[in-house]
Amino acid sequence: MIRFLAHRIGFGAGVLLVLSAFVFFLFFVAPGDPARMIAGDKATESQLAQIRKNLGVDRPIIVQYGAFMQKALTGDLGFSYRNQQPVAPIILRRIPVTLSLVLGGALLWLAIGVPIGIMSARYVGSLRDRLGQAFILVGLSFPTFVLGMMSLYLLYFLPKQSGFTLFPAGGYKALSSNPVLWAWHLALPWMTLALTMAAIYARLTRGQMLDVMGEDYIRTARAKGLSERRVVWKHGMRAALTPLVTQLGADIALMLGGVIVIEQVYGLQGVGALAVQAVANQDRPIIIGVVLLGGVFIVIANIVVDLLYVLLDPRVR
Amino acid sequence: MAILEAKGLTVDIPTEDGTVHAVRNVSFSIKPGSLFGIAGESGSGKSVLTQAVMGLLPNADIGGEVWFEGRNLIGLPQEEMRRLRGGRIGMIFQDPLSSLHPFYTIGAQIAEVLHAHEKISPAEARARVVDMLGKVGIPSPAERFDDYPHQFSGGMRQRVMIAMALILKPALVIADEPTTALDVTVQAQIVALLDTMRREFGTTVILITHDLGLLSSVADDVMVMYAGNRLEYGGAADVFRAPAHPYTAGLLRSTPANYRPGTELAPIGGRPPSLLATPAGCVFAPRCAEALPRCSSEPPPLRRYSDGVEALCWLEEGASMVRPVAPAAVAATKSAAPEPVAEVEDVRLTYQVGSFFGPKRSLDVLKGIDLTVGRGETVGLVGESGCGKSTLARIVAGLVPATSGRVRVLGRDMGTLDARQWREMRQQVQLVFQDPFGSLNPRRRVGAIIGDPFRLHGIASGEERRQKVRHLMELVGLNPEHYNRFPAEFSGGQRQRIGIARALALNPALIICDEPVSALDVSIQAQVLNLLRELQRDLGLTYLFISHDLSVVRHVCDRIAVMQDGRIVEMEATERLFSDPQHDYTRTLLSASKTLPAFAERERRSLVETRVAS
Ligand SMILES: Nc1ncnc2c1ncn2[C@@H]1O[C@H](COP(=O)(O)OP(=O)(O)O)[C@@H](O)[C@H]1O
Ligand code: SF4
Ligand SMILES: [Mg+2]
Repeated sequence: MIRFLAHRIGFGAGVLLVLSAFVFFLFFVAPGDPARMIAGDKATESQLAQIRKNLGVDRPIIVQYGAFMQKALTGDLGFSYRNQQPVAPIILRRIPVTLSLVLGGALLWLAIGVPIGIMSARYVGSLRDRLGQAFILVGLSFPTFVLGMMSLYLLYFLPKQSGFTLFPAGGYKALSSNPVLWAWHLALPWMTLALTMAAIYARLTRGQMLDVMGEDYIRTARAKGLSERRVVWKHGMRAALTPLVTQLGADIALMLGGVIVIEQVYGLQGVGALAVQAVANQDRPIIIGVVLLGGVFIVIANIVVDLLYVLLDPRVR
Repeated sequence: MAILEAKGLTVDIPTEDGTVHAVRNVSFSIKPGSLFGIAGESGSGKSVLTQAVMGLLPNADIGGEVWFEGRNLIGLPQEEMRRLRGGRIGMIFQDPLSSLHPFYTIGAQIAEVLHAHEKISPAEARARVVDMLGKVGIPSPAERFDDYPHQFSGGMRQRVMIAMALILKPALVIADEPTTALDVTVQAQIVALLDTMRREFGTTVILITHDLGLLSSVADDVMVMYAGNRLEYGGAADVFRAPAHPYTAGLLRSTPANYRPGTELAPIGGRPPSLLATPAGCVFAPRCAEALPRCSSEPPPLRRYSDGVEALCWLEEGASMVRPVAPAAVAATKSAAPEPVAEVEDVRLTYQVGSFFGPKRSLDVLKGIDLTVGRGETVGLVGESGCGKSTLARIVAGLVPATSGRVRVLGRDMGTLDARQWREMRQQVQLVFQDPFGSLNPRRRVGAIIGDPFRLHGIASGEERRQKVRHLMELVGLNPEHYNRFPAEFSGGQRQRIGIARALALNPALIICDEPVSALDVSIQAQVLNLLRELQRDLGLTYLFISHDLSVVRHVCDRIAVMQDGRIVEMEATERLFSDPQHDYTRTLLSASKTLPAFAERERRSLVETRVAS
């Protein structure tokens, strides 16, 4: 157990190291001069040289990377080119927004997708299955962007026109200040995020359940005289859970690195929105920080999923 | 009063290819407290029949009546059926590992039966489960309550299934091939346990199996099914002593245990029909050695004989070809010390295994094996699963290096070969596997599969290769016109012939058959065994024959090595081993395998009633 954890954490650290080197060098060779970005078009060549020296970008890249990593290990990711603020706090400030969006959305998409998938698999070939399949098809074929625009139009704009506010158009209220407002503001983003994802999870659940329900132990469960509900939820779902958890871990980790489209559509100042702004501004320290944050989430999610595996499957204990 | 009575039971299963007529007009009646056997080759509808009765086939169209405790089970409301399942009728399935949920403890899984049918506190349920586990012979049941299925051996798992099926003392237990997935010695224990439980609880048992020896030793009544039809039905003793139906007689004639070793078996030819079609006449007609002209056009009548045996057949007197055909002359005695083809000297194999939490440890799979196979000989290797038979086979074939010891094939040490020599030697040793399907690439044509050895070793190409492949196909009894078919289009027995043809291609010095007939039904098994023998006689082949089935090994092998736990504990000429086993383990193995009672002279049973098919 300890050995396993140490091994996985070591491996994760290695992955992050490679990732950091990769983005660092990638953005180093990208076009654009940070000094000119900071100083503006009117700066003279000597001013620019001075800025480069201050930023340290006149040194060889290996030296720059070494210096960067040295500070990164202490949690210092440098300063934004844009406003000279330290990078780490800028990013950390954004995390609650993205976290709220993703975790709330995940609950919603599981609550919608899993039952639809189970229903579809239980009554395979029937009308209910076809309805489920239609939901999957629709959910998968709508781009998030269109979905977002549609729900904004239908649930914000139209009610607004007839004089009342059903949902706000966006923005974020901290959970700690007012949970109701928090949820109200996130309702539309959650729904938009959940609809596409629910389709993916319905499809996954349906496929898993179709496999599992053909297993011998399901037949045993029925032969014991269990009710069909118990057979499906206790015996079927329990076995279908492992792949769902794996997928969920991967999806949440990926999204915590920023849900770009939805954050843009609803004006949520999350990690994704920050990434978009940073790319537009060529703010390299921020970009590198966001990428590394995404990497950290993925590494953590992998370890968590592996541990869950062990918890879920007594055979690998 | 019968405890279960089926009248005209018919089960149709709609599929994409059409309707599968899995059970056709089957009637039977089971006496309380008896053991009712259902026999027949795979696909004959045994499982479908019982699962349909239990309401476990929601998609099937079920006709007829099945009476149990005053109720017709066919068309019974879902909820009533659910209460019967587990409560009044228990079920035991073939593979106890896949039939138990891998993620719940066995105690919880058994307790669930109690909770589904009774109001009972967890503590009380636990006490009853522990008690039941003790009864079925699980050592220290209280501690093992919280273990998972994978922590038990196959036999122990089947005991758990039996505990689960019997904990509510149901009136009827249906055991569907409960011992097929288990080792012989364990099989005997499980059957004995079922029998004890039956006596202790007064439970009636339906035992489904294709093992006729087993049925003949425990069943009171039997029903023989074929292609969904009940072909023969009657008291087990009467049926097995003198089968009335040609199919039952054919099954018995296909069983190697009924023959003098080394003789030719007289199997049922051909293979079972598709269940999609409904034949005009007798379903068995295409394979029946005694078929009359009318058999293939008119449905046979039901004959009832003086001893109560019933057969669905046109023959008035019942099957006549009951006894195995006169044994052919025993093959010429082999020269005293034939030149060795393969020599295995003190071969050991150790694997390093690591568990998830624990440290690595080493596992000795083979613990010093000595074995010699002479030219033209068949040497048998028997032992329970996991004793190292297949591992040894792979080492002899040069596919896995031994940890220590020497393997010589044709006098050359397999351990010291360079790459080119190794390829050469690979031609000399060929393998035939158990699972004919798993070992053939499904996307390649049969001609290409059989021709592979020629291609890999660059021996023949183009038209020459095609000629050779056709010749091989003919040799193993495949139609050369099927050159371009895919493996899926062949039956299990035919796929095994493909595997044999491929093994024969390069004229190997040694063919290792690893459970070559274990996955096949008895009639098909007999066909393949005959083929292997013929090929040996005609081509002078040498076999190393691995099997867990003693009657098969006895039938084909000159010498037998008994393996236990990575060692050969006894090695003896076949007949000597059977008549005078030295090692305890050999004796256990021998006593565990059930053989059929001797055939009686055809009995003077008389026909008492003929009911014409409607
Ligand atoms: N769920 C099913 N759908 C379609 N065909 C089936 C199904 N179950 C069994 N069959 C078919 O019914 C026939 C009888 O099968 P089965 O009862 O399992 O035979 P047995 O138990 O005698 O080996 C076989 O041809 C099998 O392929
Ligand atoms: S009816 Fe004819 S074909 Fe069928 S088993 Fe009897 S003799 Fe053979
Ligand atoms: Mg079966």
